[in-house]
Amino acid sequence: MVETVYDVIIAGAGPAGLYAGLELAKGKASVLILDRKQEIGCPKRCAEGLSLRWFNILGLKVDPAYAIQPIHGAALYSPDGKQVMMKNKEPQGYILERKIMEKHLAIDAVKKGAKILLKHQIISAERKNGVVELKVEVDGGIQTFKSKMIIACDGIDSLVARMLGLNTKNNLNDTDSGYQYEMTGISGYDENLLHLYFGTDIAPRGYVWIFPKRDGTANVGIGIGAYEEKTAKYYLDKWIQSQPKLRNGSIIEVNAGGIPVGGFLETMAADNLLVAGDAGHMVDPIHGGGIGIAMEGGRLAGAVALRAVKANDFTMKTLAPYSKEWFTLRGDELKRRLKSRHLLEQLSNDDFNYLAHSISMDEALKIGNGTLSKTEKAILFTKKLIQRPKLVKIMMKFF
Amino acid sequence: MVVKNNSNKCLYCGACVGVCPVSALMLKDVKLVVDESKCISCGACVKICPVGAMSLDKKK
Repeated sequence: MVETVYDVIIAGAGPAGLYAGLELAKGKASVLILDRKQEIGCPKRCAEGLSLRWFNILGLKVDPAYAIQPIHGAALYSPDGKQVMMKNKEPQGYILERKIMEKHLAIDAVKKGAKILLKHQIISAERKNGVVELKVEVDGGIQTFKSKMIIACDGIDSLVARMLGLNTKNNLNDTDSGYQYEMTGISGYDENLLHLYFGTDIAPRGYVWIFPKRDGTANVGIGIGAYEEKTAKYYLDKWIQSQPKLRNGSIIEVNAGGIPVGGFLETMAADNLLVAGDAGHMVDPIHGGGIGIAMEGGRLAGAVALRAVKANDFTMKTLAPYSKEWFTLRGDELKRRLKSRHLLEQLSNDDFNYLAHSISMDEALKIGNGTLSKTEKAILFTKKLIQRPKLVKIMMKFF
Repeated sequence: MVVKNNSNKCLYCGACVGVCPVSALMLKDVKLVVDESKCISCGACVKICPVGAMSLDKKK
């Protein structure tokens, strides 16, 4: 029997891994996607929101099979309950049924020639004569898989990259603790909006969200700083109990996860290795969203790996440019957002209340849509800040 | 002292694995494996756990 050496083995069949696989299969590389879990897309570690902008960037169809709830904007709530609403006429994005979307992506990747294996647990990875050898627990035994390179898309708990000498661990301070219920039988919120609740007592260094999934059903979740003494579950349960129209709902799914919100990896490549998605800390540092970013990062990793396949060179000579290319494409923008995040972290409950009460609906909409001109922005912020010296101080520090 | 995982609370989300500085934790589908020989009892996994499923076991 001739031993199979794949061009690329991808660890993890999530959004990043499936996009990487699709890209490689399209380019006729031999690609195998391994996942330790028993079902693609499950359990989700995610609130399932994706903006239209990302559908466009990714060439992803707005398929009602998985894009189940149109979202027209967002409502933000200050600690004292004041609502700031940003609602557009047209949908700005969708809430996904992610397990269905990911199965669609998997079917696409396989149609193009990728192979997927589930319940395959990678327990070690080693380079041997320029080829990566994986020991994989499967069906009660251990099997060996070989490939010319690996793309690690194995989530926040990624170990494959670490096994190959690239440190992808997250610092506690740059990681949020996330917890979520998919609830049904709930009401009292506009199902066409995302709802975000702020306050240091509600969600220290984070926020509580309601992401509606139609028909009295929604992802109700929380993200908080990982160093908090009390758990994310504690804060979410406490908040839900304070909401009369939520607390009697039924929970139909429980989700949790760590969210890498700011410790970007300067180097996401090594010989025979690229990293993408949560494993590569590819998450928006402000809202903690990462589906679109992961798919885009996966697609880029797939494209770079394809160059390595074509050149038959799997060393850093071909792979090193990946990190820089990702920062140019997305990372630099996210780093700028990290600065804004640090600024937001310094706001007190009073500051949040002040901003919520002083902002007009029209201004909120323009901020939400990013349609404020530079001058308008300057005028708006000066107007708000002049009455709040502490905010000026915080701003000066960061800009 | 080593960390302990309470499987009755654990949701197998892998947050703890992501912040473990010494790669002492591994998520195996619905099982969290702790390599006691690597664990340095730093408590990062205890802090991040969204549901309080990790604890430092003082007996050892």
